[in-house]
Formats: sequence, C-alpha cells, structure tokens
Amino acid sequence: MKTSVFLGTVAAATLMAGAGMADTLADVKARGELNCGVNTGLVGFAAPDANGNWTGFDVDICKAVAAAVLGDPSKVKYVPTTGQTRFTALSSGEVDILARNSTWTFSRDTDLKLDFVGVNYYDGQGFMVRKDLGVTSAKELDGATICIQTGTTTELNLADYFKANNMAYQPVNIDSNAEGEQQYMAGACDAYTTDASGLAATRAAFADPENHIILPEIISKEPLGPAVRHGDSNWGDVARWTLYALIAAEEYGITSKNIEELSKSSQNPEVQRLLGVTDDLGAMIGLDKDWAKRAILASGNYGEIFAANIGEQTPIGLARGLNAQWTQGGLMYAMPFR
Amino acid sequence: MSDTHAQTVPFVRDTMLPAAEPPIREAGAVRWLRENLFSGPVNTVLTILGVLVVWFLVSHFWDWFAHSVWNAGSLSECRQIIAERWGEGARGACWAVIRERWNQYTYGFYPSELYWRPTMAFGLLFLALAPVLFSEAPGIRRIVLGTTTVLTLGLMVALGAPAAWLVFAAVVLIGGLVISERQVSLLLVFSILYPLMGVWFLWGGSAWGPIMVLVGPVLGWIAWRVLHPVSSLVAIIAALVIPLLWWIGYAGEAARDAEGILSLSIPAVASDRFGGFLLSITIGIAGIALSLPLGIVLALARRSDMFLVKSLAVIFIEFIRGVPLIALLFVASLLLNYFLPPGTNFDIILRVIIMVTLFSAAYMAEVIRGGLAALPKGQYEAADALGLDYWKAQRLIVLPQALKISIPGIVSTFIGMFKDTTLVTFVGLYDPLKSMSDAVRASTSWKGIYWEPYIFVGFIFFLICFGMSRYSMYLERRLARDHR
Repeated sequence: MKTSVFLGTVAAATLMAGAGMADTLADVKARGELNCGVNTGLVGFAAPDANGNWTGFDVDICKAVAAAVLGDPSKVKYVPTTGQTRFTALSSGEVDILARNSTWTFSRDTDLKLDFVGVNYYDGQGFMVRKDLGVTSAKELDGATICIQTGTTTELNLADYFKANNMAYQPVNIDSNAEGEQQYMAGACDAYTTDASGLAATRAAFADPENHIILPEIISKEPLGPAVRHGDSNWGDVARWTLYALIAAEEYGITSKNIEELSKSSQNPEVQRLLGVTDDLGAMIGLDKDWAKRAILASGNYGEIFAANIGEQTPIGLARGLNAQWTQGGLMYAMPFR
Repeated sequence: MSDTHAQTVPFVRDTMLPAAEPPIREAGAVRWLRENLFSGPVNTVLTILGVLVVWFLVSHFWDWFAHSVWNAGSLSECRQIIAERWGEGARGACWAVIRERWNQYTYGFYPSELYWRPTMAFGLLFLALAPVLFSEAPGIRRIVLGTTTVLTLGLMVALGAPAAWLVFAAVVLIGGLVISERQVSLLLVFSILYPLMGVWFLWGGSAWGPIMVLVGPVLGWIAWRVLHPVSSLVAIIAALVIPLLWWIGYAGEAARDAEGILSLSIPAVASDRFGGFLLSITIGIAGIALSLPLGIVLALARRSDMFLVKSLAVIFIEFIRGVPLIALLFVASLLLNYFLPPGTNFDIILRVIIMVTLFSAAYMAEVIRGGLAALPKGQYEAADALGLDYWKAQRLIVLPQALKISIPGIVSTFIGMFKDTTLVTFVGLYDPLKSMSDAVRASTSWKGIYWEPYIFVGFIFFLICFGMSRYSMYLERRLARDHR
C-alpha cells in the first residue's frame, strides 16, 4: 500500500490546480459512458465471466450510477484496477468512480484527496482455522502462524490486534487470495486472515468446508464504499444519492419488480419523491426526474443486489449482519429524500 | 607368392571365423547404460539420486494427473466427478477450467464474433516473418507457410469469419506461398506493410488511419529524391522531418476526411478488450520487432566517436538497465497520465509496448555491443581499406558478423522480454498468467482452483520460448561460416 500512497500523493499534488474546475457529470454525459474502476477479480464483488461481462456487488453500483446519469446501465466501461493502481486511476481521471471494495479511512479521505460517498458493505477482518486445531476464539491464537496478504490494511490490523492482546504470531506473507488459500490448505499456516466476506467465499470454495471454522472475533472495521475525486462535489452528490436511492428503495419496499406499479399507485410521499412522481429531486443534482427509478431498475434495490451477488442463496452465502437495514438491526441507513 | 609360402608354414587359415556376439555388457542398452549412467562411482550415485527424485515427483503427482477431469461446469462438479470415479478422498486435476475459459485465455475479452480477426492477423504474421526467418531454407519455408495457410483458413472458417475476409486471407496466404516459391524477396514488401495491417486487424476502426501513417515515409522518400541532387544532408533531414510533421499535424485529419469520402471501417475493438495470450503475443511481437533495430542503433551509438551521441546512448542504456521493468510500467500507466494534457487518451497497450521496447532495447544494445567488441579489429580495418563509408562498412561487413555472434544473447533477450510481458498484470492489464487466472478464480464456479491455470499457461509459454530457442540454434548452424 505504500506505493499507492506515494503515487496517490504525487497524483493529488499534481491535480490540486485543476481540481476546482472539474465537472465530471458533464464529462460523463458528453462521453456517453461511465468509467468505473473495479477490482480485477474478487468473488461476488467484481468478476468478468467467460464472455467478459462484469458482474458483482460493486459492479452493480457502477450500473446504477450509469443508469441514473446516462439512462442505460450497460453504458459502463469497467477499468480493472489493482491494489496499487486504484487510487491513482481515480485521481488522474482515468475512472470517474471507484467501486472497488476500498476501505474508507481517514488518510484516504483526506491525504489522498478521495471522497468516499458512502458505505455499500460493512466488512471486518476475521480468522479462519481448521476445526481440528481446537481453537474457538481468536484470543487463543497466541504463537500461531498466520497467512496474511502483504500491503493491505489487514496486515496492520493484525499487528495491532496481537499487540493489544499481548500475543505473538508468526506471519506467512502471501501475495493474493488464491495463494493464501493454497498456503492455508497446504498447512503452511494455522490461520488465514482477511476480510470476513473473503473468508466466507474462500471457505465456501473448499472441498471440505465443514472442517474449517471462521472465528467469531472481528478485529477491525472495514467500511467498503465507492469513492470519487475530491473537489467535484456535484459528482460526489450524484454518486452518494444513487447509493442512498438503492438503500432507501429497500427500506420502502421498492424492488425492480414492483417499481412500475409503485410509481403509479404508491401513496407514500417518500416513495413518490424518490421515484420522481411528485417533487423533481433530480434537477437539484443535474439529472432528470426518473434518475432514481432507473438506478433501482438497473439491478434492483440494495437488498436485491446483495442477495443476487453475495447473499445466502449464493455459494458465498453471506448473512446480512451489519449490512441489514437500520430497521432490521443493521447499519444501512439512507438519508431522507426531501 | 602365397604358393611358395604354402609349403613352408604348417597351417594357414583361409576363412575368417564369424564375428562373435559382443559380451553382453558391451552391447545394446546395457552398454549405453554403463557408459552414460554408471560409468563410475560418482556417476552411479548421481544416477540413483536422479532416479529417486524422478520417482518422488511421479509418485506424488501422478495420481493427480491421472485423475484429470476435462468436462465439468465448476470446481465442485469436478470434485464430485473425481470422487465418483476414483473414490472418496481421491484428488485430481480439473482441466475443465481451461476447457471452459479457453477463449478467454486466448483472446481475453475480445468480442467473440471477431475472434477470427486476431487469428487472421496471427496467421499473416508467419507470412510476414517467413522471408525474414527462413530466407535461405525453401524447404522449411514451404512447410511453415503451408501449415500456416491450412491452419489459418481452417480456424477462420471455424470461427465464422465473413466470406469476403476468408477470400482475402486465402488470396494473401496462397499468393504468398506462390510468391515465396518464385522470388522470396518480394514477400519483404508484405513484411514491411504487415505491422500496420496487423494493428488494423487487431484494433479495427478505419483503414485510413494506417494508410495515412504509410503516406509519411512515402512523402519522406519523395522529398529525399527531389532534394538529393541539391544537398544530401538537406535531403536526409527533409526525409526524416517531413514524415514526422505529416504524422503529427495532418495524418489524423487526412484519415478523417478520407473516411468521410470513402468509408473503409471494420468494427473497432478497444484496448481494454485485449487480454490473455492475445495481449502477451501482441506486446511480445511488437517489443521484439521494435527493440532489435533500436538496440542496434544504441549499440552503434555507444561505440561511436561522437561525444554527444555516445554520452546519450550510455546514459539511456545505463538508466534503463538500472531501473526495474515494473517501475517503468508504473510510470507508463500512472505518471504519464499526469504529464500529458488532460483529456488525451494515450492507449495503455501502446504505452506498455513503448516501455517494454525501451527496456529490452537497452539490454539488446549491450548484447550487440558484445558482438561488435568480439569482432577482430582487422575486420573494421579491412572495411576502411576497401574505402567503405561508415554505414556501408557497418551494413556490409561489421553488423552481419557481429549479429551472428550475438544470436544466442539476442534470442535470450527476446525470450526474457516475452516472459516479462506477464508483468503487465500490475498495471491492470489481463496477462494470461496472473490477472486472467485471478479473474477466472473470481467467478464463483472456479474459486479455489490453483495449479491448473498456472500449469496450462506455463506450458504455453514454454512452447513459445522453446520454439524461439530452437530457431536460434537452427540459425546459428545455418550461419556458421567460419568453422566448417
């Protein structure tokens, strides 16, 4: 991550001058295509299929923004970015929005001159161990060898956690998730640590998932969200409220199935405002009346996107947990549309 | 004479005994084994160790290879099939992933209805290379071109190429075969045109772009012809400057205008659709073709007597050799974006090709400089004694010998460069080894697969690199004039 911080700083410094004049919304409309930075491949979040069509939880955010701005969810150019290139790709203008499971942190928001527009997935770092190791809590991992991906926030979190609990560990450095799985399977490490969503996906792909457990402790906060460039607040508003529209739609029970019917018949003033039946909220952010409706139609509301890509019916099988609506005990809370 | 002696000696044998069988230890396989594997105590120990290592590897991996599954839709299906066929707990290779993602490994995200275009470009590449690589071996050339023609046309039919393009490819390939039988040097015209043609086939768009690029050198040549009687220096400068001015200032506009008058367009494919071996081979071939001439120029410049030329060459070579390729690629993908005016879209593959070319040209220059240094001084003096000027001496006497000496080094550099193309993964391009394999693993059906993609990609890389290495050995034998 050091490289990317350095390059990002160079980037930010170079861009300072021109930042005030940027109008990404106009650029995107003129181009007729949204450049969306995504992961080069992360199960459930962003992956190209055999025909090169991108699918995933993050990808659906890109589609929703494209639908809101351009009226067509397919008008997205997916720019695969690596951990090293992602922030520079954004600040150099190569991508308009970065939907790449990136953790919202203080230094990224301020020093790297990014604007995180919200959180689309609350993640946290966890541990996976073999069942026959007999460990049931992360607190019992004193002296364990742990497979850890280098250059990520997870590495720092791990060091912090073991220090805070006065325990020792032996790191086995790995480069990618696939390598980590391989090392863990080969017995090179007692525990494998990464974001809990990644652990669940990894465990689901094992030949013998029943022999592995994910420990209950979550040792870090990893709020993942889409980010835009600092200094273009209007474009940030478009991205932020598109995300909120998806979350609010779930709260109000608007799905891609019933949206047409609701926009005609719903008497709920919030729904009417959101779908552009009464007020014209779109005009305030430079879009038309139907923007939110199109965004929701692209791949459904937040709950539908979650269920289709990473939810319990998929092989990854993630429970909603923190990502449930605030009315269901989760943290998903869309600001009021008014 | 024999008669006189016949009475003096008691017995003269007049028939030879039939040759006896050699002792069993000195014949056939036993002898070979004794000579090659068990000739002494050290050799015997090494042989036994070697056999043990092979046995160790085979015993550990054989069952994995033997239990290969080629038909399955996902990793879990693979595991199920393996468990059914070879019992619970058996392990096996799941090559089904290669079968399902074969197109993606080959063409990346190239539109599937246009797969025939890179295939045709690849086939024509061999036609362009034949007069260069096999100029003196009609037999090999015939085999290479014949195979290329059959395979290319067959694949194009299989990939559903339009009839017009099939006819085009057939005419070019079969015409090329015929011409190469008559006068192979004519094919060099095609070799020179091929780079532009290849770019057009791969990226598509308007044909007027490449055509207008081609107009540049033609203008330069005309300028040279016109100005040559006046002053040869002015003529050379004009021949270099006029094409540059044309490319920078007018070529783009001219191409647009011409496109407006007569449209010669095929569907355009953006660089982000490239991936897999298509990407590796595109970058590799472009890098190889560009870095050799650049390397020669740099090597000559480094040995030049002119202070400025020499210093610049030394600085360039030492700088590039002192910087890791990944750093150059990061510069290409990240920093260049900031230095270029906003809004310029400088193609990422082009940027990578430039960086890879510069990188391998620096190494190439040193390899060739080694060849130049190995040439006896007498050769340079002989060239001077013949009254040849610098360029003629280099072209006719020095370089042919120096390049021949450098062949192993040059091909090593090529092979290294081709393998280095996998490093483009770090700038977000889909190289076959890492990015493409990670992308495949990122689908829910293939998550958890590890060795199979690596082995497959490694095998293809081995085939290509081994081919290059064999060709270099062939070329060395072919060009060995001194020690016959």
